[in-house]
Amino acid sequence: MKLLIFASRRLGRLLLTIFLISTIVFFIIRIIPGDPALVVAGMDATPEAIAAIRAKLGTDQPLAAQFVQWLWNVVRFEFGTSLISGQPVTKLVFQRFPLTLSLAILGILISILIAIPLGVLSAVKRWSAWDYTGMAFSQIGMAIPSFWLGIMLLLIFAVKIPIFPLFGSGGIVHLILPAISLGIARAAIILRLTRASMIEELSKEYVITARAKGLTERMVKYKHALKNALLPVITITGIQLGYMLGGAIITEQIFSLPGLGRLFLTGIYQRDFPLIQGGVVFVAIIFSLINFTVDILYSVLNPRIRIE
Amino acid sequence: MRLDGLVKPDTADKLKNNPGAGGRKNGELLEIRNLDVSFELDRGAARALRGIDLSLRFAEIHGLVGESGSGKTVTSTCIMGLLPVPPAKINEGRILYKGTDLLELSEAERRRTRGREIAMVFQEPAKYLNPSLKIGEQITEMLGLHRGMERNGAMKRAGELLELVGLPNSRRVLSGYPHELSGGMKQRMMIAMAISCDPSMLIADEPTTALDVTLQLQILNLILKLRERFSMGVLFISHDLTVVHEISDRVSVIYAGKIVESAVRDRLFDEPLHPYTQLLLLSIPDAEKRGHRLKTIPGRVPDAEHIPEGCAFHPRCPLAEDVCAREIPPTLEHAQGHTAACHMIGKKWISS
Repeated sequence: MKLLIFASRRLGRLLLTIFLISTIVFFIIRIIPGDPALVVAGMDATPEAIAAIRAKLGTDQPLAAQFVQWLWNVVRFEFGTSLISGQPVTKLVFQRFPLTLSLAILGILISILIAIPLGVLSAVKRWSAWDYTGMAFSQIGMAIPSFWLGIMLLLIFAVKIPIFPLFGSGGIVHLILPAISLGIARAAIILRLTRASMIEELSKEYVITARAKGLTERMVKYKHALKNALLPVITITGIQLGYMLGGAIITEQIFSLPGLGRLFLTGIYQRDFPLIQGGVVFVAIIFSLINFTVDILYSVLNPRIRIE
Repeated sequence: MRLDGLVKPDTADKLKNNPGAGGRKNGELLEIRNLDVSFELDRGAARALRGIDLSLRFAEIHGLVGESGSGKTVTSTCIMGLLPVPPAKINEGRILYKGTDLLELSEAERRRTRGREIAMVFQEPAKYLNPSLKIGEQITEMLGLHRGMERNGAMKRAGELLELVGLPNSRRVLSGYPHELSGGMKQRMMIAMAISCDPSMLIADEPTTALDVTLQLQILNLILKLRERFSMGVLFISHDLTVVHEISDRVSVIYAGKIVESAVRDRLFDEPLHPYTQLLLLSIPDAEKRGHRLKTIPGRVPDAEHIPEGCAFHPRCPLAEDVCAREIPPTLEHAQGHTAACHMIGKKWISS
């Protein structure tokens, strides 16, 4: 019951966030100098041609009318057509989204699989070989730029030892190297957080109680402490996933993957403003949805959060 | 998880079935002999306990009184076998529980006595309860582990325990979380958890210090009631003499890692022998002393790294003479069951 109230409150906040972001996007596009119609029509266009394009884009209407229309469009998930390809923005985004989604999920999965066990082990066996391995991994992982890692991975596992394809997309094989190169950097962050959080929880008083109850060390650590230690980790992991869902421009570029990142990058180069506008709102909605999910998950694990 | 069914009976099981070496009524439940514990630090050794003797009979409540830093918590942690070794080091001594030296048990055997034989209640229930495990889960996990009870039976038992400690026996409480309880209720829950396996001994480490006065009394009464009902021996640790007077059958006073005086409750409060005990009693605020300046003991407990030569209390003692700074006073029995360690007993007296 409490959870339900909490969830509906968060849902309200989610809708508010999307509304605010849509508003901001709308005004930013209008505030920045340059009439999109001019850009589309080109320098030598006749006034009639420009007016025609304005009418098509809707920018000849009063601002208030434009705003209402824009909000209505957002509600219907309708962002107009791309100025370059003439295809609906929604269609373009949804063509690219599955790849970005799989890449993000695979990437976060790889980082969790590395970071959480190693982070917990580092905390439990502090100053052991595990701990040093974990810390070294985390230092190196954070220091390596992901483009360099991507290129190295390609060089080794696609060129020297050709087990993975060099470029292109299609199956999961195409995603493994990019997901690793994305995942390593995230893993480094998540590992540090897991370790710190687990160390902190193990020093808390309830751990003494758990030991005084005669529980096995395994239960003390992996049942009592771990559950509390994972709370901040979930939040950070969710945020990381949210970032990745916006598309990974550099990684997509290196591995020639047609994901959201490249779609938006091309959109920016070509001043395809309906595409950029729709893209920003789309990414914002995805990000908010992830946050919403993380909040719910968090409150299931941490009952204290529900009372506020 | 349920090792009890699989592992052959060992010392922990024998303890459960053994009423104790000396028979149930007269024998000692717990007998600490000359326990000496230090902490090995980089800058030197800290002497936390300097040869403690302490005993607890079956169904007796023994109050252990001392200021913070005097060694109360080290004593309880050591009995529980939860001292971190290293840095802690047990140099000497025995902890005889029902005739078995706990210090000679393996770690696995000790773990199986914790919670099942000797349970513990802590000072701040809000911190000592796991915030993200359900109340029912926290109470039942010992029943599963130590008793091999299956979930439904354990939950039923947990409900009964809640009732016993004065909490509503309801699904709502069992499936709730500690933060939903008030401070006093949290302490009741912690007590329910501690007694779930019907332990023979309970260590209560300042269980009422974090509570306000009306709640203190309720919790003390609860402990008294449970002692009657389960004939548990209780080691009651506190810095609060009023509380200790309220609940204890016997009282020991600890100072700088040594028991300085020990006697039956009334005797200790009416005829204290050690100057430290006398000063402690003088520093209790009460109605008769209204209007007078409250007596305090000058100075503070020496830290475990710099314990004075001779009697550790001599720098703060109004009666101290040269001998006090030179020789550690022996612990002598001055009357039946009344021991004290002071050179000046019978020679001088503190006048209030």
